[in-house]
Amino acid sequence: MSGVTAPGVTSKRPEQPVEAGCDGLAPVVGVNSLDVRLDGTHVLRGVRLAVSEGEWINIIGPNGAGKTTLLRAVLGLVAYDGEVSIEGLTKLRRAERARKVAYVPQTPVIPPGMLVADYVLLGRTPHRSIFAGETPADRRIAAEVLDRLDLRGFGERTVQSLSGGERQRTVLARALAQQADVLLLDEPTTALDLGHQQDVLELVDALRRERGLTVLATLHDLTLAARYGDQVAILAGGVIVQRGPPAQVLTVANIAEHFDAHVRVIDDPEGPVIVPTTAAPDTTTAADGAASQAQHAEGVQP
Amino acid sequence: MTDARSTGSSTWASADTALQAADLRLRQLGIGAAAVVVAVVAGLTIGPVGIGAHRVVLELADALPGLAFDSGLSDAHAAIVREIRLPRVALGLLVGATLSMSGATYQAAFRNPLADPYLLGIAAGAGLGATLAITANLGDGAGALDPVPLAAFAGGLVAVTVSYAAGHLGGRSTASLILAGIAVASFLTACQTYVLQANSDAFRRIIAWILGRIATSGWSEPALMLPYFVITAAVVMRYRRALDVLAVGDEEAAALGVNPRRVRLVVVLAASLAAAAAVSVSGLIGFVGIIVPHTVRLAFGASNRVVLPLSVLFGGAFMVLADLAARTVLSPAELPIGVVTAFLGAPFFVLVLRTSRREIW
Repeated sequence: MSGVTAPGVTSKRPEQPVEAGCDGLAPVVGVNSLDVRLDGTHVLRGVRLAVSEGEWINIIGPNGAGKTTLLRAVLGLVAYDGEVSIEGLTKLRRAERARKVAYVPQTPVIPPGMLVADYVLLGRTPHRSIFAGETPADRRIAAEVLDRLDLRGFGERTVQSLSGGERQRTVLARALAQQADVLLLDEPTTALDLGHQQDVLELVDALRRERGLTVLATLHDLTLAARYGDQVAILAGGVIVQRGPPAQVLTVANIAEHFDAHVRVIDDPEGPVIVPTTAAPDTTTAADGAASQAQHAEGVQP
Repeated sequence: MTDARSTGSSTWASADTALQAADLRLRQLGIGAAAVVVAVVAGLTIGPVGIGAHRVVLELADALPGLAFDSGLSDAHAAIVREIRLPRVALGLLVGATLSMSGATYQAAFRNPLADPYLLGIAAGAGLGATLAITANLGDGAGALDPVPLAAFAGGLVAVTVSYAAGHLGGRSTASLILAGIAVASFLTACQTYVLQANSDAFRRIIAWILGRIATSGWSEPALMLPYFVITAAVVMRYRRALDVLAVGDEEAAALGVNPRRVRLVVVLAASLAAAAAVSVSGLIGFVGIIVPHTVRLAFGASNRVVLPLSVLFGGAFMVLADLAARTVLSPAELPIGVVTAFLGAPFFVLVLRTSRREIW
């Protein structure tokens, strides 16, 4: 249905069939020929990515591949060539964009002395003039979000005083208070222990189902990337080199090629499990002997 | 309690009652206003000529339009209160309010607890301007318009403008702006020192100006200050919520739909204009712009919705009391007020720092 109401996106180019919107709908987040240069470095080189409504895509890739830059381009925080569309719109004012896209940065700035209630209410900023105070509706939405994220009673505490897991949920609460349809998560699990990593991702998954959120996340942990979300996309050398279901993308060959890492991939009913191995003696075969490696990996007893 | 969290609006309503934004509370405003009243009455009452506080209050009330009270003061005493002490108290209020408001604004805009109104070179620019005016003997004209404050005002604004322009050429970060301010200030201070060395006869006057003084000749100084204070305070107060958004950093503020650079430009220009006006009439009074906002944060929390208005009130009250000390401690001689603000302010601030449990920075 969003395809009908998206006149902006189809106007210019003889539309290359949008890559992944699996059912032919216009993507909620559409990225086309995206080029970003930072300080003279060509970070993104013609990235194409389409995320459909309600979809969760995890972007993986080595350090410096441009994952965060891609998210920042979607947020309009870096100058870029090419096209980024949100719900079919390519030209968005800041506040408009912030009403459609919410962002959980990798290392959020924790404002000194700010109370959790005020921090979460910041999420309501794009919905009003910056000169206006919060409405009762803003307060109700913020309270509801705090409640949903099990942060009730934290309102009067300072964000600084929270533990890592509580902090991450608080930042997520601010993003949810934006009531945006798209949620961008930049490494949401760094600095969290395994239990809290799962908590956060389970929470995002539940919220996605409840609210029909579209999620675009970057993740370092490949096993988690396989476990949560619908598809995985590898960003390497400034382009999306492959995208698809985790079992297709997370292969020994792909990981060896793009991460320069030695791993075994163990099939598990819930998705591939990526296990690092000590420096493999046969690294030379990693790139060319992909098929045999994959077989080798299957043969490995867990 | 928790099992009902996904349904039931009643649980949301109960959560709502727990969610209070950090808006300025009437009680806080009352405390600030009380501090101002106490400082004003003390400033009008205490001096070489003893005048009862109750008479001062009645005289003040009588001065309000539409009210008539008999304070029982002689004409001479009434004149002391109205023509000598009241303008000086008014100027103290305005200068203190302006400097602490500017300091609070700079700290929020640059997300830097050490920022003060002089961060971008206002002090050095104003100092150079005043030094040039004094050495050129412009101030002796005794005309209606004293050129020293004008030169100071112009010097301060030029310095801020150059810092801002240079800082933005250097990059987009606030750090580059602060560094530009330091460079501009050093340059102007060097110029000022050179002029000072070359004109040692004007040395005492220049040093006296630099050390700061709340001195009035009738109502002309407060009248000069008032429009700058009113206009810049209106701008800064209007942006108090935007400054709270800036607390999460430029990138996240932008992701929340705010243009951080525009907000910073507007509030820093307003705060600089206010500070330049204050400096031009009172010289360089240090410490107020840092100590008052931080004391307010420690006592009432870090939100700019609270910090900005309360900094105005407590800054004004603090300056009136500091000026009172400056003119009475060694009476009839006067201490430079910058000495008093630091001498009284520093121990008090340490006390607050020790006793407060709040994390403000």
